[in-house]
Amino acid sequence: MEKYIEMNHVSFYYDKTEALQDVSLTVNEGDFLAIIGPNGSGKSTLMKIILGLLKPMKGDVRLFGKPVEEFRDRACIGYVSQKSNSFNSGFPATVYEVVRSGLAKKTGLFAKYPSDASDQVKEALISVGMQAYSDRPISALSGGQQQRVFIARALISKPKILLLDEPTVGIDQQNMQSFYRMLTHLNKHHGITIILITHDVDAVSKSISHVACLNRTIHFHGYQKEMESLSDEQLEAWYGHPVRRVKHEGGHVHD
Amino acid sequence: MIEAIFTYDFLRQAFISGILIGLMAPLLGVFIVVRRLSLIADALSHVTLAGIAGSLFLSQSVPALALLNPLYLGMASAVAGSTLIEKLRTLYKHYQELAIPIIMSGGLGLAALFISLADGFRTDLFSYLFGSVSAVSYQDMWIVIGVTVIVLVFLIGFFKELFVLSFDEEYAHASGLPAKWIHFLFMVVTALVIAASMRIVGILLVSSLMTLPVAAAMRLAKSFKGAILWSLLFGQTSVLFGLVSAFYLDLAPGATIVLTSILILLIVIAIMGRKGRRV
Ligand SMILES: Nc1ncnc2c1ncn2[C@@H]1O[C@H](COP(=O)(O)OP(=O)(O)O)[C@@H](O)[C@H]1O
Ligand SMILES: [Mg+2]
Repeated sequence: MEKYIEMNHVSFYYDKTEALQDVSLTVNEGDFLAIIGPNGSGKSTLMKIILGLLKPMKGDVRLFGKPVEEFRDRACIGYVSQKSNSFNSGFPATVYEVVRSGLAKKTGLFAKYPSDASDQVKEALISVGMQAYSDRPISALSGGQQQRVFIARALISKPKILLLDEPTVGIDQQNMQSFYRMLTHLNKHHGITIILITHDVDAVSKSISHVACLNRTIHFHGYQKEMESLSDEQLEAWYGHPVRRVKHEGGHVHD
Repeated sequence: MIEAIFTYDFLRQAFISGILIGLMAPLLGVFIVVRRLSLIADALSHVTLAGIAGSLFLSQSVPALALLNPLYLGMASAVAGSTLIEKLRTLYKHYQELAIPIIMSGGLGLAALFISLADGFRTDLFSYLFGSVSAVSYQDMWIVIGVTVIVLVFLIGFFKELFVLSFDEEYAHASGLPAKWIHFLFMVVTALVIAASMRIVGILLVSSLMTLPVAAAMRLAKSFKGAILWSLLFGQTSVLFGLVSAFYLDLAPGATIVLTSILILLIVIAIMGRKGRRV
């Protein structure tokens, strides 16, 4: 099994705020890792460091065995950022145009989109259940639908790994269920490795293989099943305040 | 009119330049508007004015430079201005819009200095401010043609990347696109278009030819392709109608071109009413 992502003793500061301290993490081919943690615990920062958008002050990051700064094959990685702070809302573009733009990193400067781009867009839209919306303006879609389109944009370059930063914020309960079913399908049947930042541990617990609990530093990282073996003290130390724990058959953790 | 274009060199030069400007200003303008850089374009036009005034002053006071085409210094100062704006925008991370008044007043201040040093430039300056049908020289026309080629190569070559960068900057970085370089080139190309458009539209109205056709197009278009095509149609219509009416009514083309594009915008708003896209 190939090591897709390796972080070794990574620390990161914004000016004076320490966002991450001595974080080490490994993600292997086929994993479905959920990263959970309170607001401001450094989850988005961690993802941006994996992507090379931020440079760690200490430690090193390797993607597919290569140091992140030397990694060029960007089509291998699909990224959907935390919605609120990214895309230009009101932008005049159709769903089709947005999804097709995911091929840009694969196509190279001065080259045209491939001639079968429209088939690829269709396929990507089908895999997120949005094929009926191809000609709609992106700004006319609901938050949850936009999120699916962004996943299609990430999928179109046939990535080996998908990084999703709180993709279900603003999506209602029902759509969330089908959204996670879709992720499970991508992971199980298309072999796509997934890193998911989320607050709904409950909803995903059946799909994920690994969990990492983050609060500036990693408090737990291992198989989803092992998480129930955490002691109350460990959980408290992680969340920074007393944690109410509810056990179901699956053994989930509530805060 | 057609006959006059074939008869008079100056008219032919004005129309060829006008058509090319009506092509590249709205084309680049689509990206300027969606990237929320409209005010930066406006600030750059004032820096260009400083270059033009400086060049006119030099021509007046240094006999050897009497024939220097002011477009060159205008372009150079626009490009310098665009890099300065970027510097300022990184310096004032949390108040990026401060770069605009700083550059704008700096440009106007310098322009005013050169103009008063030279004791006014008579009609020359007026044509730079508001455009002219008769002042487009053969050399000016070739500069416009050259800039058009640069703009088209840039926009066609980087179309995908510019789309990604405009739509979602963070995603562009995550995709490993050379976003910084593309943005820098974009600002340089914008500066060139502003300087090149000045002969026809005039420096004070250049940025409106980049934004008004796009503003109308955005109400109509559902796709990015649509926004581009509508912008080109509106921009070209404004330039042609504006030039013809400026010629017959002996008005500054800057005025007629910009007022035509305002009229188009009003018509689009009236027709689309509340049905138009909210942007
Ligand atoms: N651009 C930034 N500049 C300064 N501080 C930041 C910035 N982004 C995040 N932070 C701080 O870093 C910490 C971690 O943020 P983040 O990674 O966004 O957390 P999470 O995604 O878990 O909510 C927080 O304390 C946040 O305030
Ligand atoms: Mg976050």
